[in-house]
Amino acid sequence: MPEMTYREALRSTLVEEMDRDPSVVLLGEDIGLYQGTFRVTEGLLERYGPKRVVDTPISELGFIGAGIGMAMLGLRPVVEVMTWNFSLPAADQILQNAAKVRYFSGGQVSVPLVIRGPNGAGVQLSAQHSQSFESFYGHFPGLRVVAPATPADAKGLLRTAIRSSDPVIFLEHAALYGVKGPVPDGDHAVPFGQAAVVRPGRHVTVVAYSRMLHLVLAVADRLAAEGIECEVVDLRSLRPLDVDTVAASVRRTHRAVVVQEQWPLFGAAAEIASGIYERCFDDLDAPVERVTGEDVPAPYARNLERLAFPDEDRIEQAVRRGLA
Amino acid sequence: MAEVIMPKMGDAMTEGKVVAWRKREGERVQAGEVLAEIETDKVNVEIEAEASGTLHITVPEGQAVPVGTVIAYINGPPARAAAPTPQAPSPAPAAPKPEVPPAEEPAGRVKASPLARKLAAEHGVDLLEVKGTGPGGRVVERDVLAWVEERAAQPAARPAPSPAEPDYEDVPLSRMRQAIARVVVQSKQQIPHFYVTTEVDVGRALELRAQVQEAFGEDERLSVNDLILKATALALRRFPDLNSQVLDDQTVRRHRRVHLGIMVATPDGLVVPVLRDADRMPLRELAREARRLVEGARAKRLRQEDTTGATFSVSNLGMYDVTHFVAIIQPPQAGILAVGRAQERPVVREGQVVVRPVLQLTVSADHRVTDGVGAAEFLAEVKRLLENPLLLLL
Repeated sequence: MPEMTYREALRSTLVEEMDRDPSVVLLGEDIGLYQGTFRVTEGLLERYGPKRVVDTPISELGFIGAGIGMAMLGLRPVVEVMTWNFSLPAADQILQNAAKVRYFSGGQVSVPLVIRGPNGAGVQLSAQHSQSFESFYGHFPGLRVVAPATPADAKGLLRTAIRSSDPVIFLEHAALYGVKGPVPDGDHAVPFGQAAVVRPGRHVTVVAYSRMLHLVLAVADRLAAEGIECEVVDLRSLRPLDVDTVAASVRRTHRAVVVQEQWPLFGAAAEIASGIYERCFDDLDAPVERVTGEDVPAPYARNLERLAFPDEDRIEQAVRRGLA
Repeated sequence: MAEVIMPKMGDAMTEGKVVAWRKREGERVQAGEVLAEIETDKVNVEIEAEASGTLHITVPEGQAVPVGTVIAYINGPPARAAAPTPQAPSPAPAAPKPEVPPAEEPAGRVKASPLARKLAAEHGVDLLEVKGTGPGGRVVERDVLAWVEERAAQPAARPAPSPAEPDYEDVPLSRMRQAIARVVVQSKQQIPHFYVTTEVDVGRALELRAQVQEAFGEDERLSVNDLILKATALALRRFPDLNSQVLDDQTVRRHRRVHLGIMVATPDGLVVPVLRDADRMPLRELAREARRLVEGARAKRLRQEDTTGATFSVSNLGMYDVTHFVAIIQPPQAGILAVGRAQERPVVREGQVVVRPVLQLTVSADHRVTDGVGAAEFLAEVKRLLENPLLLLL
């Protein structure tokens, strides 16, 4: 299996899908001439020309709305947002149109649109540019929300997203673009709504997604030295949410810790904890522990930013609490 | 919203116990699906959902509650009952908090994880006896497992009971035994029993049974007890004094139909399913129905109507190697037939000693409705039918 970075996995999937299907087109700010703020679209303007790789004005409301219209008329646009924070001016388009057109049209019109870009914190982008949107978009029926943590899942989920007939909120992470990992060759696709047990263990289930998965795996390594075996579940999809895989794991370990980067209130971890309680309450030997970001706007200063988001030490403490 | 209430399954029933929930808290249920198993004085019955929706359980497994108590809601309890009284949002700068005494832990409440509770139930462990080592003294999985291990190890470690331990054990009566106790005390105190015994040559009955069984093959069964039930029912039709019930000092109610109670022993106690219209039922159908009732009684899956309305009862201890016994009448009935085991015995027939299978029948009768002669005539009719078993097929 070839090794590649998360960024290369995304780019190669765009290339494969654009080669395969001429209706796949790219839109976004600085994705062409500048080759993308995070270099995901490097070389694509040269390869496909300005009709398929479209540099847009700085107007998310405009270009995301345009993407929705293109999708309604048969194209498969992949729209890049420079970060997910910039999707807010277009939230009306995404929530009120993209998510509802199929429903409103009685199934006559679909919106096969992918919106992708970095989500989350940890790279000193301060309060306005460090937010996490999984529970925000995950709240709305009609959308699909995925958040790959590894290059293999970045590839597999992006392929499924491009071929999906639903609007997909594709949440990358700025801190992961350079992460390397093995990526399966060929037509590798990861279905939505399937969490993965990425590390088996029998003492406690630790659930995470996106960047937090890597911290959790490091903590699992640390604890393994003491004989504590964490079973690590990577959610991969937030909507649909595969609580069944999580619950099956908790039935084996009887204890659970859920880790999210975003703020605590109404976050993904609360939804997952609730799902665990609903499905396997009688199998629990301890309350579900949550690890979340602090309930403050993200600080810019490096030392403060570190304090505001989960790190390995805090995850380890939570796992130990969960094992008490 | 629909309420699920503890049903009243008979005049004597004042409370019932939820033996098992078949649906989980929060589960979607469909009208007509079985929700729970309820233990009444007589039998375990299943209760069904009367509406579809989400189940909210208010009475846990193992708890007994008075008849009429809400044991669950379908589609939620009324919001008022569930939610505490809404509080006004607290005014901004630290308003003095009303002094609320710390909520007292109700006596007998143990902090335990759900898994620990499940394990404790599985192993029959009283959580009050287990020391919790989890946060705040919570009993967790390892505590229950350690306790179970310790208990298993105890007899070896401590062969003699400690001096503080009494030489006896007080065991609470199960609800079923309590009910049986009430019935037999009432019966023996209020019904003047007398007893009449006879011997029946069941040689021809056994032959007939064997022939019919051969014709049936593997799928169906005919037992001697089925023949006895049939003979009893037919005899009762002829001698209806015993198929009656004393209403008061002036009145006896004679039943026009014969419904036989069949005494069935189960690990929990006696269950008495009722074979309806046993006198009118062809033997084959009677055998099938009797079998369904006996198996249902053992498996605790009888319906309410399967256990009510008997007019006379039959108790058979033949399979326990009992030759003779007397039974206690089930009020408000007026009689019960006790059936012993068929034994090969030397019998004099036309001046010759021959070996014949003989069985003893003893009827217990209520002296208020009949006398010795009446009971004897009834018994003679049962005997005549069993010794001429073709009459049972007519």
